[in-house]
Amino acid sequence: MAQKKFVVGCFDDEKVLFPAVKQVRTAGYKIKDVYTPFPVHGLDHALGMRETSLHTAGFIYGITGTTTAISCISWIFTKDWPLNIGGKPHFALPAWIPIIFELTVLFAAVGMVLTFLYLCQLAPGVKKHHFHKRATDDLFVMVIECTEKTNADDLKALLNSNGAVESEIQVAEDGWWFGTYDTENDNLYKQVAH
Amino acid sequence: MASIKEQFEIPGKLKTWAYALIGIGGVALFYGMFTKGFSTDEHEQVHFWGTLMYNTIFWTLVTNAAMFFLCFSTMAQAAWMQSFRRIAEAISTLVPVFGSITFAVLIYVVVSEKHHIYHWLDAAAVAKDPILKGKAGFLNPTFFIIWTTLAIALWSYFGYRMRQISREADENPMDAETAKSFNIRSMTRSGFFLVWFGLTVASTVPWLWLMSIDAHWYSTMYSWYTFASSFVAGMALIALWVIYVKNKGYLELTNSEHLHDIAKFMFAFSIFWTYLWFSQYMLIWYANIPEETVYFKHRVQGAYKPIFFLNLVVNFLAPLLILMKRSAKRNFTLVAFMAVLILFGHWIDFYQMVMGSLMKDHVTLGWLDFGILGFFVGVLILMVARSLASKPLIAKNHPFLKESIIHQV
Repeated sequence: MAQKKFVVGCFDDEKVLFPAVKQVRTAGYKIKDVYTPFPVHGLDHALGMRETSLHTAGFIYGITGTTTAISCISWIFTKDWPLNIGGKPHFALPAWIPIIFELTVLFAAVGMVLTFLYLCQLAPGVKKHHFHKRATDDLFVMVIECTEKTNADDLKALLNSNGAVESEIQVAEDGWWFGTYDTENDNLYKQVAH
Repeated sequence: MASIKEQFEIPGKLKTWAYALIGIGGVALFYGMFTKGFSTDEHEQVHFWGTLMYNTIFWTLVTNAAMFFLCFSTMAQAAWMQSFRRIAEAISTLVPVFGSITFAVLIYVVVSEKHHIYHWLDAAAVAKDPILKGKAGFLNPTFFIIWTTLAIALWSYFGYRMRQISREADENPMDAETAKSFNIRSMTRSGFFLVWFGLTVASTVPWLWLMSIDAHWYSTMYSWYTFASSFVAGMALIALWVIYVKNKGYLELTNSEHLHDIAKFMFAFSIFWTYLWFSQYMLIWYANIPEETVYFKHRVQGAYKPIFFLNLVVNFLAPLLILMKRSAKRNFTLVAFMAVLILFGHWIDFYQMVMGSLMKDHVTLGWLDFGILGFFVGVLILMVARSLASKPLIAKNHPFLKESIIHQV
């Protein structure tokens, strides 16, 4: 848990947002994230975000499921407890394929969901700071984390000149916490008055 | 859109290749026809007509799959394929051509009573056989000829109607009302094709043309299996033409976003094909009833074993592992390679579906197969290229075109 200083700019139109993202990045600032009410095509590219590795993880989970299924079933039916089922060979691969498939899907699906929750730091009871409430309604909220070299006022001016309808400087909790959104708790959030 | 090259010009090299393939393939075809097809040896006859049958049926269904793709996309009001719809349309113009060859071959086989190909043509055998007698209401020459004629004629006709309405989007810009009625009329026309497609390719036609080769045997998966095989090959063919034409400097509006979606179809329907393959195989393997296992006996344990497993590697493992990654689906070279592989794989699939039942004792794959394949590929290249050159490459006033241009996956 650490409090950091952020500059927050709100935009009310994608058409304004994209050039602004470009301008802010060209000016040398690193954008922490842009919070949008809906998925915006191409925004991840504009932000220069790395492509997610979630699918690679999914492939590995899937392969793990396949291996688990094959090794378990083949060990059980050929070594541990061989049964004569309808006169079929003990190593009855076609009959196992559906289970192998199911386990592959189960491992991949559950694994990917858990990985996704971990990467997004989501869990029941976990709270994170909302930079602007209208990010879930009708505003595109760009957040830039300030370093010791950042002149927050310059940045704010830059955002305003690029069409931000609102901009502010916030000192807010960067990570997540358990509990509630308590606006009176100064440890979690405070707006810097100007 | 002033910079768009609308008119496709057939490259000389493509023509040379097409004529060379038609020439070499035609020599093989006619040499085979006279030495084998009209020979007195029934074995040789079956070899030739069987080989011609699976080739012509494969290419008819594959080119028809291009029209199916257009029709279900139209029905779903899909926009993404509008930037390359003329490619699929051009491929579908081959349906009447390959359909006529299929028609001629099948009618010849039925009329000349080649009962070594279709056992149910042997009236004396049917009379003594309770199973074939029970199927005689469906498996008889009259119904076969009527249904085959109707199938091919209506695919061609409904396909022609779809291509005609697409031409309306060429010249005059549409206002909102015209676009709306254009959309509804397109959907109506695609509906006719889709219903007929369901009654033929997805059910009766594979039963009649292919499954009845094993007259006693049946599988409820068979038609879907045939459909999946021809549809995934059809998507591969569309991909191949899109890449080729794009590579020649046309189709500026089609990019890796569109390729990604085409390759998704290739990937998904390879899995779908495997699902049907396995559903058919596992139930028969599990029940282990002689009447049913007769289909797989010589395929899994006999001469066709290598072909049978090659089929599975090329059509399932390769697409699964190679096309899985997003970057692979957006890579023109890799998708072109996979398209060729999938087309070849499903050609082999049709080969084992037909010849695996006709020539149970040995694999006949040889000069005749590749010769006839060359002939069909040559005709395909030439006629698709001609069809592409005969109309604009972009239906530039199509109401959905804008959506296709900004398509993003």
